[in-house]
Amino acid sequence: MLSIQNISKHYAQHTALNKVSMEVQRGQIFGLLGPNGAGKTSLIRIINQITAPDEGQIFFNDKKLNQSHIAKIGYLPEERGLYKKMEIGEQLIYLARLKGLTRADAFAKTKYWFIKMEMETWWKKKVEDLSKGMQQKVQFVASILHQPELIILDEPFSGFDPVNAEVIKNEILELNKQGATLIFSTHRMESVETLCQHIVILNKAHKILDGNLNEIRNSYRNSSFKIVVDNPFTQTNFENFEILSTTFLNECWQYYIKLNEAANLNQVLLSIIPQTQIISVQEIIPSINDIFIERVTPKAGSYA
Amino acid sequence: MRKVFLIISREYLSRVQKKSFLIMTFLVPTLLIAMYAIIFLIFVKGDNEVQQVKVLDKSGIFNNHFKNQKNLNFTYIDYALVIAKKNLNQHKESFLLYIDANYAKNGNIQILSQKKPGLNLITDIENQMQTILQTQRLLAAGIDTAVLNQAEAQFSITAKQISEEGEKDTSIGATAIIGFVTSFLIYMALFIYGAQVMRGVIEEKSNRIIEVIVSSVKPFQLMLGKILGIGAVGLTQFLLWIILSTSLTSAASFVLVTDGGNIKDKIAQKSVTTNGDNKVNELPNNPINNVMKAIDTLDFVYIISCFLFYFIGGYLIYSALFAAVGSAVDNETETQQFMLPITLPLIFTFIIGMNVIINNPDSSLAFWLSIIPFTSPIAMMIRIPFGVPNCQLALSVVLLVAGFVFTTWVASRIYRVGILMYGKKVSYKELVKWFFY
Repeated sequence: MLSIQNISKHYAQHTALNKVSMEVQRGQIFGLLGPNGAGKTSLIRIINQITAPDEGQIFFNDKKLNQSHIAKIGYLPEERGLYKKMEIGEQLIYLARLKGLTRADAFAKTKYWFIKMEMETWWKKKVEDLSKGMQQKVQFVASILHQPELIILDEPFSGFDPVNAEVIKNEILELNKQGATLIFSTHRMESVETLCQHIVILNKAHKILDGNLNEIRNSYRNSSFKIVVDNPFTQTNFENFEILSTTFLNECWQYYIKLNEAANLNQVLLSIIPQTQIISVQEIIPSINDIFIERVTPKAGSYA
Repeated sequence: MRKVFLIISREYLSRVQKKSFLIMTFLVPTLLIAMYAIIFLIFVKGDNEVQQVKVLDKSGIFNNHFKNQKNLNFTYIDYALVIAKKNLNQHKESFLLYIDANYAKNGNIQILSQKKPGLNLITDIENQMQTILQTQRLLAAGIDTAVLNQAEAQFSITAKQISEEGEKDTSIGATAIIGFVTSFLIYMALFIYGAQVMRGVIEEKSNRIIEVIVSSVKPFQLMLGKILGIGAVGLTQFLLWIILSTSLTSAASFVLVTDGGNIKDKIAQKSVTTNGDNKVNELPNNPINNVMKAIDTLDFVYIISCFLFYFIGGYLIYSALFAAVGSAVDNETETQQFMLPITLPLIFTFIIGMNVIINNPDSSLAFWLSIIPFTSPIAMMIRIPFGVPNCQLALSVVLLVAGFVFTTWVASRIYRVGILMYGKKVSYKELVKWFFY
């Protein structure tokens, strides 16, 4: 539904985006990852038509991005903010109307979300009277009130306590089930690992990775395992695998091992079982963060 | 357009519903009326203190010839100077005018007192002495006092302006006052409402709501909506002030007139009681009449519509600049460096206006200042009560409209970049760069 083609954006001293392209499919949960200053916010601002790209084009539902698409995009910026002295009910209605809703429609939707998010009593309150977490909730509602087809959330979980983060997460997943496409942007890559189906990693204005999350992670699997046993191995040299590290923790021995070429886990276990009692075995799948670090600094990567 | 209207209505309603708006709306006319009343009281009651001057005239020329004035009362004594001086120590409030017998030769005329005599007192006495001497000399030359009295012309100049509608009475004083008041109001309003626009922009920027808003509307729409919304607040305030003060003044003058009897009578009585000699006060026009008459001759509909036009035009120019400044900074303390070039033309015009234009409304300086869009709202308002040729007015109006279209365009280019810039100390060079983005 969103096709980004060769977008570049230059500022006076630096380049924020250098020929970045990506495709976002309808109904996808899309992760836009990268460290601070990678160009994520610049790209999001271009999608939101806050700034214009120097080069490249964006297509929304196969049409060139234009002002009429504003009503179809919901945006939660990283820098959260609301009018401090305005009543929350009125404020949400105002923001929804700016997106193009009629007053009656905006009122009904605001009411619906107030009940859904258990904030009925806040209608007449001012933003400055709310706690930070409550403000975040209001801000979230403001960005999705107009039922956008595409929801862009910049650092969605920062500032939420675990309980509210869970509430927001569930709402996001529900919106996705109802058909909304989501773009998460974050530099805390571990926070979206469990949510995203597709990710793109930006670094220093360039796209360095683009693909289905599981496929990426599978391609970065390197047959490493964590094996927990109750007694240490008696032998240190094996033909099937090598031991990367050993730690003694909670009365157990933890071995990080790497399988040799052409070996499989069964063979490894067969050679261990006579020596000790196995408590658990777990494959080590690289996290997005690991993959990112590896991509950015290939030589220092632990799985290279 | 619908979105701009939404922004206008939010900006407007959120300000008009504030308590401070209501307070300002009622407080200002009340203060105005109070000021008016105080001036009025001073006018009617006058300076109550009548200064006593004892004349010790050794020459004999001036004896019994001084005329009592509103605040001057002459008595004549004939003691030795030493005794008179001693007496003076007992009457601390009075002055002793000593004229030496040979004053014409040695110039020995003194005013003796415990407190310092005012400049007015001395000028008044000098003037009177001059008149007395002249009369004496004319009499000595054989000219009759009756003829003299006839020859003495009592007049004050009535200014008449010749226009297409015929002759009109004008009063320079009243015209100048109208020019002063209207231009002062515009001057204040540009500062007050311009600063409100600036503060509004800074508020949105520092609240970080700006990004949410500009993801829904174009920055230009937001800027325009804010400017027009606050401008509407200003207009509402002015209209309420005009309505409130006119109704309050008419109510007040009605009460004063019926309560205190006829004002003119009162003034007349006053002059009779304070003056032994009526003649001094028998001027054909008394000051209040003059002002009233002059106010009648001014075309208020014309002045008020000009006032509203120049307020709106000037406001649009300056508020756009204020908005650009607001967008360039993170908080109000940083605005200083950009404020000066904006406020300078305003302050400059106001000072020049109060000193030069008001005295010479048709000078070329006045002409240019009332044509240039940045200065015309103030300069032209001073000139308008004096009468401005239609072609000049039209030129000024056209340039003002062109001026605000231009400044709004320039400001919006800076604004759209500035609102998304945080944590940067901005220089003028930077602003120019933003403009060309």
